[in-house]
Amino acid sequence: MHRSFLKTFVTGTIAVAALGCGALAVAAETEVKPPEKHWHFTGPFGTYDRAAAQRGYQIYKEVCSACHSLNLLSYRNLMELGLSENQVKGLIAEIQVPDLADDGSAIDRTARLSDHFKNPFANELAAAAANGGKAPPDLSLIIKAREDGPNYVHGLMMGYVPFDKLTPEQIKEAAVTKDDNYNKYFPGHRIAMPPPLADDKVQYVDGTKATLDQEASDVVEFLAWASEPHLEARNRTGVRVILFLLAMAGLMYAVKRQVWADKH
Amino acid sequence: MASSHGAPPVFNNKVIAWIDYRLPIFSYIEKEYHTFPTPRNFNYFWNFGAIATVMLVLMIATGIVLATNYTPHATLAFDSVERIMRDVPSGWLVRYLHMTGASFFFIAVYIHIFRGLYYGSYKAPRELLWILGVVILLLMMATAFMGYVLPWGQMSFWGATVITNLFSAIPVVGDAVVTWLWGGFAIDNPTLNRFYALHYLLPFVIVAVVALHVVALHVHGSNNPLGIDPKGPQDTVPFHPYYTMKDGFGVLCFMIVYAAFVFFAPNYLGDVANYIPANPLVTPTHIVPEWYFLPFYAILRAIPDKLGGVICMFGSIAVLFVVPWLDTSRVRSCTFRPIYKWFMFVLVIVMFLLGWCGANPPEGFFVPLSRVCTVYYFFHFLILLPVLGKIERPLPLPPSIADAVLKKKAG
Repeated sequence: MHRSFLKTFVTGTIAVAALGCGALAVAAETEVKPPEKHWHFTGPFGTYDRAAAQRGYQIYKEVCSACHSLNLLSYRNLMELGLSENQVKGLIAEIQVPDLADDGSAIDRTARLSDHFKNPFANELAAAAANGGKAPPDLSLIIKAREDGPNYVHGLMMGYVPFDKLTPEQIKEAAVTKDDNYNKYFPGHRIAMPPPLADDKVQYVDGTKATLDQEASDVVEFLAWASEPHLEARNRTGVRVILFLLAMAGLMYAVKRQVWADKH
Repeated sequence: MASSHGAPPVFNNKVIAWIDYRLPIFSYIEKEYHTFPTPRNFNYFWNFGAIATVMLVLMIATGIVLATNYTPHATLAFDSVERIMRDVPSGWLVRYLHMTGASFFFIAVYIHIFRGLYYGSYKAPRELLWILGVVILLLMMATAFMGYVLPWGQMSFWGATVITNLFSAIPVVGDAVVTWLWGGFAIDNPTLNRFYALHYLLPFVIVAVVALHVVALHVHGSNNPLGIDPKGPQDTVPFHPYYTMKDGFGVLCFMIVYAAFVFFAPNYLGDVANYIPANPLVTPTHIVPEWYFLPFYAILRAIPDKLGGVICMFGSIAVLFVVPWLDTSRVRSCTFRPIYKWFMFVLVIVMFLLGWCGANPPEGFFVPLSRVCTVYYFFHFLILLPVLGKIERPLPLPPSIADAVLKKKAG
């Protein structure tokens, strides 16, 4: 009797849980969902597309870094994107970072591999003052700090609608004027950041054609890596651990059957 | 301890014999974990005690490693966790094991509690065993709550704000109690420091109560799916190797699911807002606790009055303490309780519904739903449990465990 109960219970629980998850998802859909895109880093065998992430760094450096910090990363981390030490040194050669000289006076010096990414503003107050009262968020964890992060950031880059293309309802709902920016995927739609990317905003060093979609995808690849730099090691370890546990569980089941053979 | 364990063991190894003569730890292990007579008819629900123990050890081990790298300071905590994730060798693994481990510890314990409720494991003579279990649950909740505050993300900070503010509902002294809990007039560094100290302390208190839980368990032995006492050796098997091997298999199966989350979806059970550093000036749109608190959070918000909500929330756990005396049934196991059995399913569904309500903002149909479910929750324990035990006619119990097991095998 209790065996069949166990089965009913397990099936029932899974059904209820599935129902619950579905319903939760429905409840979260009050905001416009960005389009689903396939990412190189999703799934248990996902890895980062090095070339895309390097292009993404170019976008960050040439566009985003004007306003957004990337505090949790150091320049040395760029070597994880398949760049050699000398390549990274070349990339950061022109960056000047604040430091103290031996006599204690404030100086600017060339960035080193061990330096954290340079903050575009001296401090948060300066960042807020230069950006209409609110500091632009740090991007180190942005992909993990937003629901459906990769698709959201990609959607945000693509989701700007010019004022003259907005319907009267959209203008009313978001309370935007022609001086504001309207974004389909930003909660509330009115966003302080002007459209950061556009076709041919950058000229890629690897010759890839810089469409808006390409730029948005590349910067997401870079920021996803910035958010979760050890994803590849995690996936690799995970596959091994699960295979090991499956084998051990199989073995353990055989032992258990053997031990119990005379009891039932 | 039960006296029917047989003759004291003889150790051939001279060192072991020497130690055991002076400090009988080997006799103890032999008696309690080897020859210990255990009902032969456990189903896989009986694995979850062992699984929970493994999770507790794993949480303490990973927690100690994290503590060696974590900085408990309001301006440094968030970055120190990220340093663990990025720069400490295998730090991401230890941190994800700990973070996901909390969820899986609760999964194991919730199933363990359900098993106790369904098979009447709380009934005489196991009332104290059950009460110690509820104490462990409360300690776990306090530990998990304070641990969630440590990364000092947005949900850490605002979760702590909501929960500590509950104490302001206490008449007269409420505000003073909150100031005392915070260590100041707002949640800040002193709050983080005391939560860190307690988060490190309480797991060892849990270990102590688990030890008492096991001692209490070994007085009368485990309950079993039939809820009848073993009547002789034919009804039991030695704990080792029968249940050590079965528990080993169960633990490994659980670990597979756990590992799948740790390695492939470590952030699935968490809230994205906790990857934003705590900001006292920006309130998140929806403040939600971790999933394992959602049903209780729903009960809290179901009551329109703050004090009432707090009382009901704590009451929903407190009622578990008196379950052994609320249940008036003559039999333990729901296997022989044709009516109550179905109400146990309803209770599980109600808990899921409450969790769903807790995850959503308290508006629309979630308000009446959470109220209906809250009423049902207390109805189940305070009315159904005592009344049904009197009027329900249990199915006939089998004469013995061996009899039931062998008959099933033949049939």
